[in-house]
Amino acid sequence: MAKYLFLKHYRGAPASVNDVPMDQWTPAEIDAHIQYMQDFADRLRDSGEYVDSQALRPEGAWVRHDGQGRPPVTDGPFAETKDLIAGYMIIDVDSYERAVELAGELSAAPGAGGKPIHEWLEVRPFMSGAHLPAE
Amino acid sequence: MSVNAVDEAQLRDLIPGVLMVLVRRGADFATAEDAVQEALVRAIETWRKYPPDDPKGWLITTAWRRFIDITRSEAARHRREELVADEPTPGPTPWTDDTLQLYFLCAHPNLRPASAVALTLRAVGGLTTRQIAQAYLVPEATMAQRISRAKSTVKDVRLGSPGDVRTVLKVLYLVFNEGYSGDVDLAAEAIRLARQLAMMTDDPEVAGLLALFLLHHARRPSRTRADGSLVPLADQDRGLWQRDLIAEGVMVLQTALARDRLGEYQAQAAIAALHADAQTADETDWVQIVEWYDELVALTDSPVVRLNRAVAVGEADGAQAGLAALADLDPALPRYTASAAYLHERGGEIATAARLYVQAAALAQTLAERNHLTLKAATLHQRLSGEVD
Repeated sequence: MAKYLFLKHYRGAPASVNDVPMDQWTPAEIDAHIQYMQDFADRLRDSGEYVDSQALRPEGAWVRHDGQGRPPVTDGPFAETKDLIAGYMIIDVDSYERAVELAGELSAAPGAGGKPIHEWLEVRPFMSGAHLPAE
Repeated sequence: MSVNAVDEAQLRDLIPGVLMVLVRRGADFATAEDAVQEALVRAIETWRKYPPDDPKGWLITTAWRRFIDITRSEAARHRREELVADEPTPGPTPWTDDTLQLYFLCAHPNLRPASAVALTLRAVGGLTTRQIAQAYLVPEATMAQRISRAKSTVKDVRLGSPGDVRTVLKVLYLVFNEGYSGDVDLAAEAIRLARQLAMMTDDPEVAGLLALFLLHHARRPSRTRADGSLVPLADQDRGLWQRDLIAEGVMVLQTALARDRLGEYQAQAAIAALHADAQTADETDWVQIVEWYDELVALTDSPVVRLNRAVAVGEADGAQAGLAALADLDPALPRYTASAAYLHERGGEIATAARLYVQAAALAQTLAERNHLTLKAATLHQRLSGEVD
């Protein structure tokens, strides 16, 4: 088993195919979208592949150490142009192929007009898992 | 106890009393609390198969033995061996006063809120570290460490030092607010602890908090749909409200108010009671609710209370009056934009309301709230485009 992180972006990802802001959808389309996301997570729980998922609020800042005895430096809230993570899901699956298959399903969540959003998701393998030496 | 399955709530009721028996025998609080926790975990594991005749006696014996094992293996064993030698027999004890002291210790003002909550749930609530960790979505080792550090923070505080019941109420309020996640219902747990506290104290604010919990909890079945989405108060199915809890809450509140020592929890409970009393949303007595908010503002001077008051004013005296009340407040307050959106919608300014709902969704602090606000915006957008067509 290997863990993968799916990252969803507020900003910074290539534009989705069906790129209409959610508040312009009909209420029924929003309901359908939320239902799809929940069903997706439930299916992964059932299959034993779900680990965690969280949505992140858009505000935040860059922070770094600024020397002994000084308060940390902050830069933010984030500028409009920056890449911005909206949320993540962690899955634990048998293969990279399975991770890609699932990310594809997640990206097909319905949006405006009930059509799939085709949203770009970032898929990243965890740097861990192999405790036995390779043969 | 019957040979039936372990009643966990009943088991947990015994925990503070057992802990205090150990402390009275001379055990230090931190070690005694660990020993009781281990006895509790063993009880959960074994009572289903081998229920004891005397559950409290079983817990005391098991915890005391465990306490001795722990202290024997510690460097301080010389000092404690005398203690082991003359083990007293368990007997009836006036445990209610003791339990109140435990509440004070676990809510000690030196503790961070998160630590006070965790220690209270374990030492007074009788929850296991694993259950507390699950409820707060942190690893069990993290929660164990938080509890251990909390105990060392209060290790020099003498059990029985006078405490302030307000600090305890704040802790219970935090527990209740956390609600439900994992296999422990923290709202129900907060109610159980508030009930216990109300039996031991004579403070109308304790009763006020208990009433507030009961009245809020009564509405829980109607507050979210099966998919987790929020249902605003006005749209809730009032047939789902738990009338027995409302009746109990109102009775507890009336008794407290009769004491004529008003406090913020009683005032909050009074507002909850007025909502619970309305057969339909339209029958809500908003004028009286605004009066209670005025009392609350006088008691707390809290900006969040002023924000809620502005929304209530909007219901009582119309959207314009509500917006005027809102105008005095800091727009950076949580839910300010959502409240402004609602008041504009109520005043018929649909386009402004839709724009504000979109903004409010971006500021939402929970996913359910964000989804709700986005849906509101979408609904208004749909109405607007219908008007254009």
